[in-house]
Amino acid sequence: MNTSVQQTHEPVQMSEEKVARAGSIGSPAASRARARTLLAIPVAASVALAVHLGVSKNQPLPETHSYSVFLGIILGSAGVAAVAQSFWSHLRRWMRHMCPIIAAAVWLLCFWEVITSGLRLLPLPYFPSPAAVVQSLIDDRRMLFDSTCNSLILLLSGYLLGLAVALVTGVSIGWFNQARYWGMPLLKVVGPIPATAWIPLAMVLSPAPRFSAVGIIALAVWFPVTMLTASGISNTRASYLDVARTLGGGRTYLIFRVAIPGAMPSIFIGLFMGLGAAFLTLVVAETVGVKSGLGWYVAWAQGWAEYGKVYAALVIMAAFFSTIMTLLFKVRDRVLVWQKGVIKW
Amino acid sequence: MSASVATTEGSSLRILGVSKDFPAPDNPLARVLALNAVSLSLAAGELVSIVGPSGCGKSTLLRVIAGLDSPNSGELWIGDEPISGPNAERGLVFQDPNLFPWLTVRRNIQAGLVARGVLQEKRHEVDEFMRLVGLAAFANAFPHHLSGGMAQRVALARALINHPKVLLLDEPLGALDAFTRMRMQDEVLRLWQARRTTMLLVTHDIDEAIYMSDRIVIMTPSPGRIDQTIVVALDRPRQRSSPEFLRLRADILEQLHFAGNAIRDRSPGVGDSSSGENQKPPQDAKPEEPDLAPQYTESRTVRSPAPPSEPLDAQVAIIGRDPAGSSLGG
Repeated sequence: MNTSVQQTHEPVQMSEEKVARAGSIGSPAASRARARTLLAIPVAASVALAVHLGVSKNQPLPETHSYSVFLGIILGSAGVAAVAQSFWSHLRRWMRHMCPIIAAAVWLLCFWEVITSGLRLLPLPYFPSPAAVVQSLIDDRRMLFDSTCNSLILLLSGYLLGLAVALVTGVSIGWFNQARYWGMPLLKVVGPIPATAWIPLAMVLSPAPRFSAVGIIALAVWFPVTMLTASGISNTRASYLDVARTLGGGRTYLIFRVAIPGAMPSIFIGLFMGLGAAFLTLVVAETVGVKSGLGWYVAWAQGWAEYGKVYAALVIMAAFFSTIMTLLFKVRDRVLVWQKGVIKW
Repeated sequence: MSASVATTEGSSLRILGVSKDFPAPDNPLARVLALNAVSLSLAAGELVSIVGPSGCGKSTLLRVIAGLDSPNSGELWIGDEPISGPNAERGLVFQDPNLFPWLTVRRNIQAGLVARGVLQEKRHEVDEFMRLVGLAAFANAFPHHLSGGMAQRVALARALINHPKVLLLDEPLGALDAFTRMRMQDEVLRLWQARRTTMLLVTHDIDEAIYMSDRIVIMTPSPGRIDQTIVVALDRPRQRSSPEFLRLRADILEQLHFAGNAIRDRSPGVGDSSSGENQKPPQDAKPEEPDLAPQYTESRTVRSPAPPSEPLDAQVAIIGRDPAGSSLGG
């Protein structure tokens, strides 16, 4: 902690030098801000590296080495980016936006190292240092990769199955009165049961744990997507339907060209809710039944008290789930581009 | 505007004794008679306006013609064909443009072609109609980027691309500001003159009715029925401030019992109709005309704060009324 406090003075001094050099370009305040942005990551990485080398004298060598390389890569790429941005405006804009938050992440790693390896405030083996986690990531990369692939396959098959069924049931319940009469009570009674509560039954019914996991994830996705699809469809503005009828639209046109596009904002809320439910259900299903995947890996590593691997799997999970969420956002941005400027995303 | 579509696309419309009732909103057992034996005929290519106070069944009549509601009794014919259900041959434009917000301007305009499954054959018409309403530059804009007038032009193009035999307009310009509205009236007239589509226009705006239509149908509420039809025998393009125009306007206001207020305030209010019930026929007003101007100013100063309880004759003051021309039609 002491080191980091001392080091915070450094960027200010450095930025003043930078101002002196770049005084002719732009206002002093602006270039000072720019210099601070550029130096944020290198400074944070240098401090983290210094802290790491300081506290890890009595650590096993490979661990120390990997983490040093990791921090070195951050430092190096930040340096390269700082040079490259001067003649690449796109990168410059991106850096202005991202530098502070990346630097903060590096500071957080540094802080983590200080309280684990450095001051030993947290009990081992439950709270390994970042160096140990990085080392676990590298050592177990094959198994982590396989687990991620297995999780992805399971997640996608469950999500897409649930989505396909949910769109059919949602549109039917939303559009046809008969389907609403029979389907809505079922949806209201069965839907709110957390999908994970079906695990015991699914394990009995299904021939293989993978099938039951897919079914349970699909069920978790099905409820929110069906609910919000049905609600979106049944709330289609009557005047849109009137217009479509006077334009010569038949029932197919009304459903697929008016009701469904109009319900898309609502459907996407369901898709996001369903995705969150799918993540949760995936991890639980992998923990209790399926013998692969990231959820299984976490439980397995915990069984061996290898908490470095637990955290490594959590890091992968964070990257994995947030990437999938981002992809869904991208799909939403494409499909609902017509809402841009109407509502705030 | 292309000259290639100058032939009459319209078809005659006959409405014979159409009645329609709804459940009363306050009493589920009672029914409200929205239309009571309404009969009306439009020749092919005719532009007819329906005016009348709220609740006189104008919009119901339009929905029945469009096929969105079915009448309790009566017959509706387009040319030689009876009306049964909605159909692309009867276009409907609402006060709210009701553009599909998820479609671009171009896709909104071609919606009718898609709905009828003829997009492949008629794709070339989409550009023609976008030019016709002057929106070619906005082809890829989404509806929420459009102004009210532009949106309503898209709605008109969307209805017209199906080449409807009858175009039903339900207060299409009612939500626009006064200047945009007058511009759009010319726009609609231009489209009408280019295509000779039979048009039935429901409006609250008496000026609009006189400016645009061949005939004006006055409807009265509870139950909704046609009170009378006025032929507008003015040459086009019409002058909004010509004496004949103003005379006709005064006459219609008289029929609607809003003459007293019409001088200052065109929009009919609830309180006005009650005062209009015992209004005297126009003939009685004629002796008042020599001292018209002073009376007008006086009535303006007196009536603003007070409820309409002063002598009714004061309300019947009409500017520029010609003693000879009481009415242009019956």
